[in-house]
Amino acid sequence: MLVHKARRAMVVAAAGAGILGLALAGCTPAAESGPVEITFLVDNGDPTVQRSEALVDAFNAENPDITVTVETRPQGADGDNVVKTRLATGDMSDVFWYNAGSLFQALSPEQTLVPLDDTIVGNVVDSFKAGVTAGGNVYGVPVGTAMGGGVLYNIPIYEELGLSVPKTWDEFIANSEAIQEAGKTAIIQTYADTWTSQLFVLGDFANVLADNPEWADRYTANEVKYATDDSARAGFEHLQEVFEKGLLNADFGSATFDDGVRMVATGEGAHYPMLTFAVTTLEANYPDQLNDVGFFALPGNDAGTNPLTTWLSAGAYIPVTTEGAKLEAAKKFLAFIASVDGCDALTDAVGAGGPYFVEGCTLPNDVPRVVSDLLPYFQVEGGAYPALEFLSPIKGPGLEQITVAVGSGITSAADGAAQYDVDVEKQAQQLGLEGW
Amino acid sequence: MATARIRANTPAASRRSHSARRRVHSAYPYWFFIAPALIYAVLFLVPTFASFYFSLTRWTLFTSTFIGFANFVQFFREPNLVQGLVNTFVYAAVTSGLKVVIGMALGVLLTSRIIARGWLRSVVFFPVLVSTIGVGITFSVLMHPTEGLINQVLALVGIQGPYWLTDPTLALISVALVDVWKGVGLATVIYVAGIVSIPQEYFEASRVDGAGPWTTFVNIILPLARPATVTVIILSLIGGLRSFDLIWAMTRGGPGFTSDVIASVIYKQYQAGFYGLSTAGNVILFLLVTAIILPLTWVLNRKVTH
Repeated sequence: MLVHKARRAMVVAAAGAGILGLALAGCTPAAESGPVEITFLVDNGDPTVQRSEALVDAFNAENPDITVTVETRPQGADGDNVVKTRLATGDMSDVFWYNAGSLFQALSPEQTLVPLDDTIVGNVVDSFKAGVTAGGNVYGVPVGTAMGGGVLYNIPIYEELGLSVPKTWDEFIANSEAIQEAGKTAIIQTYADTWTSQLFVLGDFANVLADNPEWADRYTANEVKYATDDSARAGFEHLQEVFEKGLLNADFGSATFDDGVRMVATGEGAHYPMLTFAVTTLEANYPDQLNDVGFFALPGNDAGTNPLTTWLSAGAYIPVTTEGAKLEAAKKFLAFIASVDGCDALTDAVGAGGPYFVEGCTLPNDVPRVVSDLLPYFQVEGGAYPALEFLSPIKGPGLEQITVAVGSGITSAADGAAQYDVDVEKQAQQLGLEGW
Repeated sequence: MATARIRANTPAASRRSHSARRRVHSAYPYWFFIAPALIYAVLFLVPTFASFYFSLTRWTLFTSTFIGFANFVQFFREPNLVQGLVNTFVYAAVTSGLKVVIGMALGVLLTSRIIARGWLRSVVFFPVLVSTIGVGITFSVLMHPTEGLINQVLALVGIQGPYWLTDPTLALISVALVDVWKGVGLATVIYVAGIVSIPQEYFEASRVDGAGPWTTFVNIILPLARPATVTVIILSLIGGLRSFDLIWAMTRGGPGFTSDVIASVIYKQYQAGFYGLSTAGNVILFLLVTAIILPLTWVLNRKVTH
């Protein structure tokens, strides 16, 4: 009996050691020619998953010795938490997808990420590199295209009521009221996905910059505030105004992003303030209505300028925990993403949502209406400005709750702007910026 | 008088019996306690004291800078902290109050002679066994203003149901009601045990004296089930004060900040990567719960000895 037990224990121990050995073998760099498997962590939003799978499929087909697999994580604040925690605990996937700009800066890139040299980012345009640079090193490659933050609108409603695209905020409100009188929902808001509530504030930033080109730098230096700057506070005031005038859909509190896309596509609502990446969802879910939806920049006070606020695409990054053969494979994957082949793979799979950040990438001739409305803003001088999060490392984590509160009539615009000023203070201090 | 004497005697008595026991023999040798002591120290003491230290730093998980009490100052400046505090107390009071009332009513019902009593007891207890997150997600679907089952049923009888989770004045109460639905089974079981343990003689005597059901309830069940009431209040108050999972699953503190409680305010700081700040919030929550529960336990238990 005893002997039996002892022998079994030895077998178990041996098996354990074997497994341990295998695990260790897995850690050491595999032989040069052996197949390498790497993981790619992306958020679980449909547009992201479709894009990443398109890239991975094309890359795997070209590189039989490397297999990339896509893993998903939640979106929004939960996802930020996952990324930060996994980086901090050394448990990150081999490659991951994450925002450029201020969210990227909050990852402590100099400690957690692998810097990329020109063999990988040589073709990436400077405007994107600026959003993924820390301490003089570039850490990411662009996944996808530039986006615009503005208003998606339903073209049949505009045609039916004989409206034209508004150039100023007053025209926008006048159009909305006309739509309202015609018995339709003028403005769609979808606060169940809280991040969608930020567009009126974030998308208005080009108008702030047009008024005051130094705004972002002065903001980083703690010299201007949302609450006390008239042009910056306008975004919050617009949010309050559209609620108070009753221009929103009745279920704004429980509607989701998908609901919003449905409403603007089918004409249940006329205006949906959103980023242009929604065109991917539109194309997937409502292909017949794809060209019923157009796009314009969020209007400000000046009809003459009427610039667009633009977003960088997300980036793909390599954490410092990726080593050996996996690191080589990961770099190869990033180089593919930042190449013309990478752009083409994206265009083939999901279509192009705007201009690419990689030199030599071209757009097909038959882009959806949203994209063809978007492109002209990039082609004129002063037509497009980056969103604040790409010019300043400061972005308060509470903005989406504050904008929901202002947009639901819980908080006034002035109070909301003041709350946001307190909110960003924490971020600035955490980043150790001067003057806070 | 009697209480005072007992209280004066108890510590001395217990000290005596303690030292007596130690002198006679210990069931286990001292080294036997090293392992549990180590586990306790590593898993409980070290993190607790580490958290006191980190609450005084600006902490990125990679580096920490000592900043004194700045985190506490910052935490109290949090724009919605006051509302979060008020919400926490409202939530704790509403849930524990309703659990006492409904739990006692169900307790009385389920100890009386009714059909299918055993089955009903299991049914009442069943929600306690279900995962909180699951309950939260299920109810947020049921409470959807237009597509939810609750409002569709209300519409059948001609009532326009409210926006349960998106109306700022209603969101917190809606979540509290779900909390009661989920937790009342436990309160009921405690009451059933408390009522069953009341000696039958009291009921027989009151029946001989001609007491009706209401008199019996007020004069016998209510006072004699007091230990059960104390337990239910303490348990549900502690649960209410540190409530988080159900609120997070259903509203995430929204719309805006209207259903935020302290725990969700703390969690959001953690999510945003303000690790020092959220640790400071946890220290505050710890002190707050202690400051409420310690005196409450003391007051409620002292009256019991009367």
